[in-house]
Amino acid sequence: MKRRDFLKSTAVFVSGATLSLSALEILEPGEVLAANPDLRWGFLVDTYKCVGCGFCVKACKIENEIPLDAKVTRTWVERYVMTKEGKIWIDSPMGGLNGFTSKEMDENAAGMEKIADGDITKAFFVPKLCNHCSNPPCVQVCPVGATYQTADGVVLVDRTWCIGCGYCIMGCPYGARFFHPVVHTADKCTFCYHRITKGGNTACAQACPFGARRIGNLRDPRDPVAKAVLNQRVGILREEFGTNPNAYYIGLDKEVR
Amino acid sequence: MVIAIVVLILVVRAFYVPSDFGIQARGYTFGFHRLGNEQDWKSFPSKYKNRDYCKDCHEEKVSSLATSKHSIIQCENCHGAAFNHPEDPEKLAINRSRDLCIRCHSQLVTPSSGRSAIPGIDPATHNPDTACVECHNPHHPNLEDM
Repeated sequence: MKRRDFLKSTAVFVSGATLSLSALEILEPGEVLAANPDLRWGFLVDTYKCVGCGFCVKACKIENEIPLDAKVTRTWVERYVMTKEGKIWIDSPMGGLNGFTSKEMDENAAGMEKIADGDITKAFFVPKLCNHCSNPPCVQVCPVGATYQTADGVVLVDRTWCIGCGYCIMGCPYGARFFHPVVHTADKCTFCYHRITKGGNTACAQACPFGARRIGNLRDPRDPVAKAVLNQRVGILREEFGTNPNAYYIGLDKEVR
Repeated sequence: MVIAIVVLILVVRAFYVPSDFGIQARGYTFGFHRLGNEQDWKSFPSKYKNRDYCKDCHEEKVSSLATSKHSIIQCENCHGAAFNHPEDPEKLAINRSRDLCIRCHSQLVTPSSGRSAIPGIDPATHNPDTACVECHNPHHPNLEDM
């Protein structure tokens, strides 16, 4: 053996022997994440499953003390009807609080519009709620630090600190915020923070008989919602705003805004 | 004068702004808030329980619905939110109205939604003056059992 080879193989052997066995253990990325799951709340809406019953809206309003007869709501359901001529009708009477029971579309000031059954090509329901964006524009515009995002990604309003200026209501591109008629501060969906932080489900997701609404931890690869977001074809609303929403939609149509 | 105003503002601020107000987990842009408010929201009172809560006392009723097509509906959707039942309220107000049933069973033309798979009627022509529960059992709605 030449001296050069001896030195070379010695170096290889020594460096190999110093590696501990645990460093050579092969781990699945999923296992590592699951052992140390971070928390990032996310929401998944399946628009195929939604039938427009409005039980989610009713449950949300009662759970979160939003007056039933006030025309504001933390979550709402929109109906989209598209016709052969390419016309798009959208309505959401009282946010869908009492469900969609009539074939007539509520076009507000324009009155009720009846669309002939035979003209309809597509028709479906889209439940909406706060997207709890990763870059929430509503939080950026608050002049007093009354609205904020928690470490687990939920956007909340401090009712004792809010001055009711309304910038955040204007700032939200999704119209998810409103002025609370009783508390007199800005108000919005909290992902039922009082329920999910105690291991419960959101009131809307629980009330949905069809599993069209689900909440989960996007950082936990074993979570059914995280799995669906990873493996299925999901969309988000108004991607062009760069808000990075955490509410994902299955079966989103290009006409849904 | 100006200095006095500045000092006054700083003194007021020191007393008025809570000590837990500041930059939290999400940084200055998204996390500038009073930390205690997160706890305020966590302790917001819950109104809706769930089927398991009902089952604790009404076990027979809940299990008898397991095979029903309506078993996917939470008890509280029709029977009302539990709040602190059975203490307060002692009795829940059950919604037996037509309006409740037609939330799903009013027939619409919705080809791209699960709604089209649900049996539906036209509420204006299907026995408009009769409550649905006069003929249909809301817990076991199968037409064969009528």
